Amino acid sequence: MTFLKLLRLADYKNPYFYRIMKKTLFDKVWDKHVIQQIDKGPDVLFIDRHMVHEVTSPVAFLGLKNRNIKVMYPERTFATADHNTPTINQHLPVQDSLSAKQLDALEKNASEHGISFWGLGHEKNGIVHVVGPEYGITVPGATIVCGDSHTSTHGAFGAIAFGIGTSEVEMVLSTQCILQPKPKKMRITINGALEKGVTPKDVALFIISKLTTSGATGHFVEYAGEVFKSMTMEGRMTVCNLSIEMGARGGMIAPDEKTFRYIKGREFTPKGDAWDKAMDYWEELYTDEGAKFDKEFFFDGSEIEPMITFGTNPGMGIGITKKIPTAAAMEGGVATYQKSLNYMGYNEGESMIGKEIDFVFVGSCTNGRIEDFRAFTEIVKGRKKADNVTAWLVPGSHKVEKAIKKEGLLDILEAAGFELREPGCSACLAMNDDKIPQGKYAVSTSNRNFEGRQGPGSRTLLASPIMAAAAAVTGKVTDPRTLIN
Amino acid sequence: MAYDKFDILNSAGVPLPIENVDTDQIIPARFLKATERVGFGDNLFRDWRYNNDDTPKKDFILNNPTYSGKILVGGKNFGSGSSREHAAWAIYDYGFRCVVSSFFADIFRNNCLNIGVLPVQVSPEFLQKVFFAIESDPKSTFTVNLAQQKIAIDSTTATEAFDINPYKKDNMINGFDDIDYLLNIKKDIKNFAQDTPI
Repeated sequence: MTFLKLLRLADYKNPYFYRIMKKTLFDKVWDKHVIQQIDKGPDVLFIDRHMVHEVTSPVAFLGLKNRNIKVMYPERTFATADHNTPTINQHLPVQDSLSAKQLDALEKNASEHGISFWGLGHEKNGIVHVVGPEYGITVPGATIVCGDSHTSTHGAFGAIAFGIGTSEVEMVLSTQCILQPKPKKMRITINGALEKGVTPKDVALFIISKLTTSGATGHFVEYAGEVFKSMTMEGRMTVCNLSIEMGARGGMIAPDEKTFRYIKGREFTPKGDAWDKAMDYWEELYTDEGAKFDKEFFFDGSEIEPMITFGTNPGMGIGITKKIPTAAAMEGGVATYQKSLNYMGYNEGESMIGKEIDFVFVGSCTNGRIEDFRAFTEIVKGRKKADNVTAWLVPGSHKVEKAIKKEGLLDILEAAGFELREPGCSACLAMNDDKIPQGKYAVSTSNRNFEGRQGPGSRTLLASPIMAAAAAVTGKVTDPRTLIN
Repeated sequence: MAYDKFDILNSAGVPLPIENVDTDQIIPARFLKATERVGFGDNLFRDWRYNNDDTPKKDFILNNPTYSGKILVGGKNFGSGSSREHAAWAIYDYGFRCVVSSFFADIFRNNCLNIGVLPVQVSPEFLQKVFFAIESDPKSTFTVNLAQQKIAIDSTTATEAFDINPYKKDNMINGFDDIDYLLNIKKDIKNFAQDTPI
């Protein structure tokens, strides 16, 4: 073969290119969306779907106004209100005037630019990363962005999905493109079977505890192996959601029959010929054997325990039967570690089992889906909420809320002394009134345990829905496996 | 939004020798409710900086008049967590133009570059030298030269080179932004969009 012929084959538009170049799942999706490569600069990446919420968009829309331009592809843009919406009395006017102003601004901006808007009270309203998959906005092989770091959730479908800042939101609104250097690639493979009581949340917290909060910075992660293959789509969403907590731009899992079955027939997924055309593309979405990653990690699924965090970042997690590590055993600065333990009121060498707690929060884009509520309900069924615990159960969307009622979960929850709130991000980031008070401990199914994340002075223990359920009925940190029938 | 041009910055530095400073510390979520980009500097490091009754916490570095300058010096993994650009806005609005650390979180780094705050990533050893220089004399100055991609500790001979994407460097030196670039290739974008599989 002549040199010239080889050169021609290296053109990504040439179909033969894909046969000779071994590519990762990430490469295939990324390369398909590159419009232009700027010399010594970033790639111009086309964005298929842009999700917008009230907090990170108003300044971006203001930018469009200043430039006197309209949203380029409103049909590729979807807006929902979630970050600072109240989770009780949603039918009443929003009390917080600043929140109300932000919600109004999104509604006005969406209507001015012809964008679908699922605001407060709309039957499709919910957390942006919950409603995207529910209505088929999320599809395999797509590029998806949102002004929110947990956009990585959508990677569960084999999409490249990542969070962006407001300047980039403005960029995508105005040009449907983003300038991004291509990240490095990492693969995390976990084979073996998970033990009873070990959930996708535990798998994610386990990985982050191994890699630390900066271990995947600069990388896009692919999750591979039996553990992820056998996970439900919702479980995969939980794992991909937490990719950002180890610094990754995003995480993704190759689409399979389970993925296609999940999305087929949803409101925004392609239909008819468009579906067939999309399937031709989607069926090629897997990492070629022999494709290279910049970093690889391998873990054994059977070694993962139910996890809980004890510190102030998601990497500070341990298996429930383990002790809080000593500063010397942790990577990083001793002063930072001590500051963290002081904030939490814990000491090195202590066990988390039996620690008193005050609040339980079930919800968020990490664990606010129907399977999470099923798992929580299974544990509290026939038991009673502990008197010392305030529990906030917040469905990720109206669709989840309806399913909780339809499946009879609400009756069981109410019999056990729990109430259900209305959908939203809620106490995950405490922008609305759902704030954990100063000094109080909350077992939360959300994604961040940063200082004050759930309210000024709040102390967060991240865990799975069943760990949260075990804490809710015992009033303290409890190994959920002791309550599984 | 176009922003200030960045060329050479000569300033003292404010030290924050803590690792994993996340964006919830830089600006807590409850201060993200503005619909315009104004006033975020007042709430920079809000919960480390103020007590519950809004009185300043005396032991926090921003409340110590000994330290000032346009350079914020942070520990490893600065800016982890949420994608909120408000964190970069707060840093800018407070008066910082440059953040020095031995490691930055990705989205935070991008956000800084997009609004005209220069993230300078140095080796852990150089970072220690920077902290040491400020500890020895809070008035120590540093020179950040973007064109040459160098940071110098003025009181010593220590200098270090830093990386920046050449495209982004050009943008910062000229005060251009990405949208100007993209609007110029709108035709290509439209052509591309017609043929996407999804």
